[in-house]
Formats: sequence, C-alpha cells, structure tokens
Amino acid sequence: MAKQLTPQETMRIDLNPPKEGWMDIPVKIKEGIYSYATKPEKVEDVGMPNPHKWAVTDEDWGLPENWKEVFLEGFRERLEKHRSFKIFMDICVRCGACADKCHFFLGSGDPKNMPVVRAELLRSIYRGELTTAGRILGRLAGGRKLTRQVLKEIWYYMFQCTECRRCSLFCPYGIDTAEVTIIGRELLNLFGLNINWIQEPVSNCYKFGNHLGLQPHTFKQNIEFMLMDIEEFVGIKIEPTFNRKGAEILFITPSGDVFAEPGIYTLMGYLMLFEHIGLDYTWSTYASEGGNFGFFTSLEMAQRLNAKMYHEAKRLGVKWILGGECGHMWRVVHQYMNTFNEPVDSLEEPVSPITGTKFENAKSLKMVHISEFTADLIKHGKLKLEPSRNDHLKVTFHDSCNPSRAMGLLDEPRYVLKNVCNNFYEMPENTIREQTFCCGSGSGLNAGENMELRMRGGLPRANAVKYVSEKHGVNVLANVCAIDRATLSASMEYWCPDVAVAGVSELVANALIMEGENDRSLNLRGEEIPGRGTQDEEAQEDV
Amino acid sequence: MDIIISLGAVLAIIVVALVGAQATGLQYLLGIIIPYAAFAVFLVGFVKRVLDWARSPVPFRIPTTAGQEVSLPWIKSAKLDNPSTTSGVIARMALEIFAFRSLFRNTKAEWRSGFLIQGPAKWLWLGALLFHYGFLVTAVRHLRLFVDPIPAWINGIDMIDGMLQIGAPPVYISDLLLIGGLAILLVRRLALPKVRYISLPADYFPLFLILAIGITGLLMRFFFRVDIVGVKTLVVGLASFRPTLPDGIGAMFFIHVLLVCTLLAYFPFSKLMHMGGVFLSPTRNLANTNRMKRHINPWWKPPKFHPYEEYEDEFRELMKEAGIPVERE
Ligand code: SF4
Ligand code: SF4
Repeated sequence: MAKQLTPQETMRIDLNPPKEGWMDIPVKIKEGIYSYATKPEKVEDVGMPNPHKWAVTDEDWGLPENWKEVFLEGFRERLEKHRSFKIFMDICVRCGACADKCHFFLGSGDPKNMPVVRAELLRSIYRGELTTAGRILGRLAGGRKLTRQVLKEIWYYMFQCTECRRCSLFCPYGIDTAEVTIIGRELLNLFGLNINWIQEPVSNCYKFGNHLGLQPHTFKQNIEFMLMDIEEFVGIKIEPTFNRKGAEILFITPSGDVFAEPGIYTLMGYLMLFEHIGLDYTWSTYASEGGNFGFFTSLEMAQRLNAKMYHEAKRLGVKWILGGECGHMWRVVHQYMNTFNEPVDSLEEPVSPITGTKFENAKSLKMVHISEFTADLIKHGKLKLEPSRNDHLKVTFHDSCNPSRAMGLLDEPRYVLKNVCNNFYEMPENTIREQTFCCGSGSGLNAGENMELRMRGGLPRANAVKYVSEKHGVNVLANVCAIDRATLSASMEYWCPDVAVAGVSELVANALIMEGENDRSLNLRGEEIPGRGTQDEEAQEDV
Repeated sequence: MDIIISLGAVLAIIVVALVGAQATGLQYLLGIIIPYAAFAVFLVGFVKRVLDWARSPVPFRIPTTAGQEVSLPWIKSAKLDNPSTTSGVIARMALEIFAFRSLFRNTKAEWRSGFLIQGPAKWLWLGALLFHYGFLVTAVRHLRLFVDPIPAWINGIDMIDGMLQIGAPPVYISDLLLIGGLAILLVRRLALPKVRYISLPADYFPLFLILAIGITGLLMRFFFRVDIVGVKTLVVGLASFRPTLPDGIGAMFFIHVLLVCTLLAYFPFSKLMHMGGVFLSPTRNLANTNRMKRHINPWWKPPKFHPYEEYEDEFRELMKEAGIPVERE
C-alpha cells in the first residue's frame, strides 16, 4: 500500500456523501487506488487500438486527435448492439437501492463508488452528448459534456468496479452496473487505456495459452512439481497426461492455480481426485487458461481468448470439458461461451463416466463445473472420504460473485464441503449466496499497486469472515475461485490474519482416502495435521 | 437548487393554467388542444421509445441469478429467483412488476462498532408500492369520466376504493396511497443524504408534478368544487372525438388537466419510462438456460484467435523436449 494504512485507519469510513454534487467535484486520482497503465507492446500483441506509452499520473494520456468522436461513436454503436446498455442508460430512477450495496463504496465511502453514480458517470455523458434534451438543457437534464477530465474520471471509476453484479440484485429494474462497466471499459480500450495488470495477461493468454505466459514445457513442469509434493505428502505417484488425443475429458482451470500458493493446493486436489476415480482426462498446454482477462477488456477480446477451449477440445477429440474452480471463468463459460462460439459437433452431452449421471444443465455447452461433478460423485458414494482429517479446520464458504450471480452455483460447493469437513459455518445471510460480497479485487483489479483499493473493497467480505471467526472460531475461508485464492489471502492477512484461504478441491483431497497412501499425517501443504501422526503423542499427553 | 427549479417548474405550470382558465379562448387550448396533443405525444413517444429499445438486440443471455441454478436432479433449484423455464421467468417478472421483489430485498448498510450491519430497509419498497398502486387505481377510477354510461366494473372499483366512507364526498383509499407513497418517496429523497446526493432535477420534477396533480385533484373534490357535469361533458367529448367546451367548469380543473398533460408529454422522455423498460430488462427477463440452449447473437463474428497450429509451430521443439505430443514432428 502506498502509505500503508493500518486496518484501524482504513476502517475510518464515512458513508455520508458530501454536500456538493458529484458533478461539481473534479476527479482526484489517488495513489493506492489505481493500477498502472498498460504497456503499449501488450496492446500491440493482440492488435487492439492506439497502443502508446502513458502513465496514469501524466497530464496528457496520449489520446488521439479525434478521441471525442471515437468515444461518442463507440457509445452509440454499443447502444445499438446491447439492449441492456440502452435500457440501463434510460430507466434508472435514482432510487438509491443499489447505493450501499457495493463493496467499494462500503469500504471507501467514496460516493462515486455508489453503483448508481458509477453508472451516472456514463449516463451523464449519454444525456449531455447523445440526447436532444440533454444537449439543449445540459445540467438541467442531468447531462454534461465529455472532456478529458471527465474521461479520466470515467477511467478511474470503471477500474474501481469488479463487475460483481451485487448492485444488480437489488435494483428494481435489474440495472447491472457491471454491464455498464464492461462497456465503459470497452470504450476506454478504444484508446489503449487499459491497466497493465489486465492487458499483460490478455497478451500472454493470447500468445502462450495462459495469463501467466507459461510456455508449454513450463506449464507441464509446474504441475510435475506438484506431483512431487503429492508423492512426498501423500505417498502416491500420479502421472497425468498433457495434450493427449482421445482422452474422454479435457480439464481446464485457471493458470493461477498452476503457479502460486494457495491455488496450487487446489490443483493438487484436482490431480488426486481424478486419480482417485480413475478419470480418463487430459490437460492442455494450449488451452491452459480457464480464466479470461479478455472479459475485463472487451467482449471481443473475451471471445478471442475463449475460442481456444472449443478449438482444443475439437482437436483432441474429447467428449466434453470439465472446468475447474474459478469465478470469472465461469461467468464467461456459463453466460457467454455458448454464444461466442459455434457448436463443436464432435463434443457429446456430458455424462459422468463414474456415476453415469447426465449433466442435463450443460447439454448444449458441454462443459461441467468441478463442483457439480464432485457433488455428483459424493452423492453416488464414489469417493472414499475421511472428513475427520479436516477436523482441525473450521470452515466457512465464500461465494464468488460470478458463480453466484451469473450462474447460481450455490449448493453444489456447499454439499461438497459439508461432506469433506465436519465443521462448517455460514457467514451472515446478507453476505453469502446471491448476496455475497466480492473479494474486492476481481475483474483484473488484483494488482499490487492498488492495494488500498483492494483492502477497502475486500473489507465487507473480510468483515463477515471476522464475524464468524470471532463467533465460531472459523479459520478457513473456502472458495471456488482462483482469483479468490490469491486475493482473499491478501485481504485475510490484512483484516483477519488467523484465517487461511483454501479451494474446495484442496479440502476434498485432504479427506480423500487414496489407494496406496501413506499415514496422511501431512496435508497437501506439507503441514502436520493436528491429532495425526507424530502429533498424536502430544495430544495424548495433554489428556 | 435542483429542488427549487423543479418545484418552480411545477408552480409555473399551475400559474399558466390559472391564467389560461380565465379566458374562453385559452380554455379551449387548455381543455381540448393541449390534452389531445399531450396524449398524442405520450402515445407516440412511449411506443417509439419501446420500439427503440426493442431494436437493440440482446446479444448475450445475462440474467442476474438470485438463487440456486438447475444442476443435479437432487439439488433444489430456485425456480423464481433463478428461473430456467418460461413460466419461471414470467413468475419472476410478475413478482418484480406487481410486488417489487428486488426492492423488497433492500437493506441499509451501516458500520457499527467495527462490523458492517445490513439491516432491513423497507421504506423505499413501501413508498413505491403504495404510490404505484394508488396511482393505478386512481387512473382507472378516472375512466368513469371518459365513458357514458359508466361500466359496472369501474363503478365497482370506485365503490371499493371509496369504502372508507369518511365524509362526503368520500376519501378514496387510492388517494391516501398515492399521496402517502409520494410523501415517503419525497421525504426519502430529501432526507437521506445518499439519495439526495444522487438526485437530479429529473427526480424531483415528476415527484412534485404528481404531487401537484394529486393535490389539485383533492382540492377540486373538497374545496374548489368544479362543475362535475361540465367536466364529464368535456371529457366524454374528448374521448369520443367530439370535443365541446361547457361553460363554468372552474379554474382548478384546468390546473389539474394541464398538470396531467405535462406528465403525459414528459413521460416518454423521462425516467418514468421505467414503466416500459422493466419488462425488457435482460438481467430479469431471461431464463438461466445458458448451458442448455444456445443463445444467438445477431452481430456475431467469428473470433480472431491464435490457433493451435501456430502455437505448435512456435513451441514445437520445446514441446517435444518436454514430452508433450505434437501434431507434426
Ligand atoms: S437501484 Fe436501479 S434504479 Fe435504483 S438507483 Fe440503482 S440503478 Fe438506479
Ligand atoms: S458491479 Fe459490483 S463493484 Fe461494480 S458497482 Fe456494482 S456492486 Fe460495485
């Protein structure tokens, strides 16, 4: 964080807006709140417009001569392409129901982070530049003119929205500020005004197949390291395949889990689960990214990155695709992929080879969520489980924004968790399921330089964790999202240092009784499990 | 400032009508020409706006899911909040439109001794509901002015609405709802700092306007009696396209009518169009069938992506070394 605020300092939040109207307060871009500007070569890599060198702190952002026309033309074009956008520009009644639903507003008190104001930033331009009444009446009709200063303001706040849709849930007309942000960011990308934390993964994913830019051999190697860990901690040898033609299932998950803690433990969980049930599946180094930072750039970019999944499934001749734990991946997969791509004839309606269950809900897209898959396995008694290995854990579950509000995957992960952990506690009801709070760093905002923003945005979630941690002694925050695993770890460290973050599949694997396993005194992190192995004696002494 | 301007605009309309009501020529304008014009603007404007929305396609299926999806057969799905069938969507929309379900979810967030408290907040829902139903019944009740003889169902509504039987002429329940609802909405807007912060003239103006319509309506009934027979003659004349202008109707009537005409003409260009828009909102009116049925985007273009063949060309040697199968050796 720029000026390392202590949690106590960050907690000083005033939710009361100032007297002065928001149009009268020019934007002040604050360090710690924004992410750095994209590097031009990352824009070039994917052939997006206006690659140029600029910095957020520059007075001049290197806009092309005709930027205003381009912006307004782009605006008009998107009104014609998206009914959602057009309606959302027209019918907000400014009732304020959404105002205090956004984690960024609740954690910062910045009134322009109220979803309604975030959308009004664009609506005021719509009214002031694109409607007759607004052009004539100006402020009286709630309109204003597009200036360079206003563009900066739009930029600043479009990158303070994680596209989480919590506001949309409460809006009487379903106005989804996430939709406004998605289109707002598209407009900014007409000028190369992305943040590097998004643009670089986009370029990487385009070129190398994953956000991290892991080349094929490195991708494989990273997984091999995890296999070595599994061998050491669990005592079994697993030999997964890569880019194998003729496998029944292609497994795709976010590359973040191939790379960093605690995501790698989730990935180890997948490896063990698939070994346990003898799944005929393959990894792909080409379609090695479940996530899609293109979605945070433009819908077109999202489509271009997403295309690899089907392309690879077709090449390998698999029957269907299994998708790992990831929030925004599933937003794109569930709500967009079936529209982005033409159907692949060689794919079949997904059927679990272990239980015979037909995944009717995925019969057209042919892609199943790992939690749906695992829940079905457990329901059919296909997993040998010893949940008591997780007894030292008191677990709560964080619903990621996208699976909850853009899919409805709520009970599957809970069912899995309750079968692999004996101690499960829910957070307060206004903070879970469809009302869940964002981790605070979604939609590509999980950079290092905007840490103050992230900790503020993460506060409402963390605060609910803190509540159950104080009340029930919760010490693990489970989730089904690779970004969560990275971002919640940072937010827990800041707000609730006693709580660890774990993917659901990690907890599954800890409870899995693997054939040929050792005494399982260690968990997947290589830590001793209290009450097992060497610790047993100590425990007895205590008695 | 925004408040004063909006209030001023409504008062100006009243003054104009008051002046106009004094002269027969202007009465003709206020009682016949403007109502026709306003109604035409309303009708054409409303339809045009809705058609304009409908002209933009819905490229993606983006319902906001507010409950459990349909997945495994033994997991209970939320049929209303995350519908996957047409009937489910209709039920969800009906609840939105008739019961303001999303508004009912509203909470009020506060930081209290280190914790975020999200308590229930039902005033907005209540105000909105009272107001809208009050308005609806009032509007329907007014139909009795447009037709002669009055159909039984309108009389029925009238009777039920007047059930309270306080005094004569009776106080209608819908009047109370309308004014009560409006009062809640207005007080909220003025008193809650966040709502006041986001309010524009376009938010105050319709509130004041409709309030003025309600108040002039009540004034007409209780204090400034107008010649009801004359009113009926005028309105039936308008409705049957044989307009006549009876004498001595009373100024209050013309004020009321000009305010209503302003509302009608203003409607299609304002946020009041949420009345039509709510039906078309893609986050609410689509079923969550994304993985079951393909949704077509009319402006779809094939993506320009990095195909596997190029990828292999770039990394073939590295892949072979790492023992990853390749298409071409
Ligand atoms: S809840 Fe909807 S209508 Fe109300 S202010 Fe927010 S976006 Fe506008
Ligand atoms: S989508 Fe989420 S982050 Fe964006 S304005 Fe709405 S509540 Fe805030």
